[in-house]
Amino acid sequence: MLNQLPLYEQAILTLAALILFTSFALLAQQRVLSMIHVFVWQGLLLAITTALVAYDSSATHLYYSAGLTLGLKVILIPWLLHRLVHRLNIHRQPHVVKHPSMVLMIAAALVIFAYYVTLPIHQLSVSITRNTIAISMSVVLLGMLMLITRNKAVSQVIGFMSLENGLFFAAVAATHGMPMVVELGVAFDVLVAMVIFGVFFFHIRDSIDSLDVDRLNRLAEHDQ
Amino acid sequence: MSALLLTLAIPLLASILLAVLGHRPWAGHLNIWASVLALAASLWLAFIILQQGTLGFFSGQFHVDSFNVYLIVLTAFIGATTALFSRPYMAKEELRGRLSSKRLRLYHSSYQGFLFTLQLALSTNNLGVLWVAMEGATLATVLLVSLYRTPEAIEAAWKYFIICGVGIALALFGTVLIYFAAAQVIPDPERALLWSTLSQHRAELEPVVMAIAFAFLLVGYGTKVGLVPMHTWLPDAHSEGPTPMSAVLSGLLLNVALYAVIRVKILTDGALGSHPGAYDPRLPGHLMMGFGMLSFVVAGLFLHRQRDIKRLFSYSSIEHMGLMTFAFGLGGPLATFAGLLHMTVHSLTKSAIFITVGHACHIAGTQSLERIRGLIRTQPSVGWGLLLGTAVIAGFPPFGVFVSEFLLLSATMASQPWLTVPLMIGLGVAFAGLFRHIQPVVYGDHPEHQAAVTANMWPVAIQLALVLWLGLTIPVFLAQWFDQATLLISGEGLL
Repeated sequence: MLNQLPLYEQAILTLAALILFTSFALLAQQRVLSMIHVFVWQGLLLAITTALVAYDSSATHLYYSAGLTLGLKVILIPWLLHRLVHRLNIHRQPHVVKHPSMVLMIAAALVIFAYYVTLPIHQLSVSITRNTIAISMSVVLLGMLMLITRNKAVSQVIGFMSLENGLFFAAVAATHGMPMVVELGVAFDVLVAMVIFGVFFFHIRDSIDSLDVDRLNRLAEHDQ
Repeated sequence: MSALLLTLAIPLLASILLAVLGHRPWAGHLNIWASVLALAASLWLAFIILQQGTLGFFSGQFHVDSFNVYLIVLTAFIGATTALFSRPYMAKEELRGRLSSKRLRLYHSSYQGFLFTLQLALSTNNLGVLWVAMEGATLATVLLVSLYRTPEAIEAAWKYFIICGVGIALALFGTVLIYFAAAQVIPDPERALLWSTLSQHRAELEPVVMAIAFAFLLVGYGTKVGLVPMHTWLPDAHSEGPTPMSAVLSGLLLNVALYAVIRVKILTDGALGSHPGAYDPRLPGHLMMGFGMLSFVVAGLFLHRQRDIKRLFSYSSIEHMGLMTFAFGLGGPLATFAGLLHMTVHSLTKSAIFITVGHACHIAGTQSLERIRGLIRTQPSVGWGLLLGTAVIAGFPPFGVFVSEFLLLSATMASQPWLTVPLMIGLGVAFAGLFRHIQPVVYGDHPEHQAAVTANMWPVAIQLALVLWLGLTIPVFLAQWFDQATLLISGEGLL
């Protein structure tokens, strides 16, 4: 079945699998610098996939999209994160994941769930798109899982950005990218979000003396 | 075309101008003038729509019909009245030493930027741009929530950012799925995300994809509507941010997010309705009814245990947004009409209440419900304003909130009679929750040192008078807009 697909589509599937793998790697990673490096790999794979899809479907505007991903997700955001981590002097701090094996089991269950949801879509029965949509949905869900399981602000932001990668991947794989105005808008929003996150790291550290967001718990609905 | 251009350009330019010039003594005045000019432009736009009906602008990239035109005017109006309130309020905050001029620059610039993103979200025809604008609204307000830089404010802003960021990311996934469904039936990819085009082709869209997309979009934009259980950011952001921000968040942002959900629901209804085999065509409606009812009941109960006056009224916002979501989920012309009316009167009332609450907090020097006492004695205008606002939002006749809730109850009675029971109980619980807190706040013994402050109550008076007017009689042009919007949303008109 698979070897009947054109070479490009096989390559896209392989890359999709690798993107999913990087999502798992992010979940299990315990050091902030390695996390940023895995995030760079994910962005790079995404950019290559976008370029391949652009070549395969001869959609020129996807090349711009690939360039945008490369600039934003591989260069600019990781560079900003690196700088922040060094300036905040937290690059040696371990980011402990509680119950790592449990988290990975849940992650696997989420991937199965994503396939289950996309199964009944009729239009997908013949193309590779079912796999890519299921994988992009998995990357989104794994990003959310990472947000839930981490208690450090920096790892939450990386989880958020990885979730955003899943969305870009969905747009590229399922529909050959969104209209250009939307892609530019989304990229702009992501960039502004990253800058605001950076501002926030300093605010959080000034207010609670660490980046442990578990300690941000003054506003919960307490019993009287 | 120029009316729409002005409605969008004035807040954008004002935002840039206020950011570039830095904080000046007249920044608050500029904020007011920009908001008033934008209001004038939006009224001009409404006048054009009134005469010519639905219009597309800039080769279909913008789309103004009877559904969004009144929301555009409402947004500009509350933007202007809140700006009027905000100038002396923020000047007083600066005097009290809570804010530096650098932060006021951020505040004024973000205020206009926020209004711009809302107007863009309302007027755009492109579902992708709608998403970009909604995310932009989060980005514009997140630094305002943390404006006071207290640990609580930082926590509230971080929660707001992360929860709304993830929520809105799910909405983007839903938007991608809609684009995917549309790509099969609409040949031109540049037009496949335009709402008006999608609406023409909605019967041909693949139902399974649309159902999944709607689930993602409902949860995504529903986060910003403040639906339970994605609501946890809302009371925090409202209580820790500056009060004018709470007024526009409650009065405007929640409405615009609900507007986005309804636009998508129209498409999903069309897709599911024409393919009866795939899913129950009422699935989107039932999902909205479920989320709406849950938010309504849970928020009503949470009203009872609040100790912060701004948190109290933000839970009341969740409750009312739940009510509207329920109304639009119920469908049918009567419930839809009630929902549209409720969107209007809730915005007017809730922003008026937050303005009054801002004055009350300045009088008492605290937001704690246990320490604000005897407002009517200290300053009758603020005390009566708060009492009246609370009575209006609790649904007393003859105000507009009563009318819309009454219409909704009648519609529920007609189609889902057993659901009137939780609705009635919920309204009673919320009523009790509000008055047990507000009664001592306005009537109790006032502390000796408490003195009146200069308070401009005109915005409150005007807004409550409008709500009264809408409760007594709805002007013909507005009723016709509501009716056309009802026709658009539910498939049949009411009048």
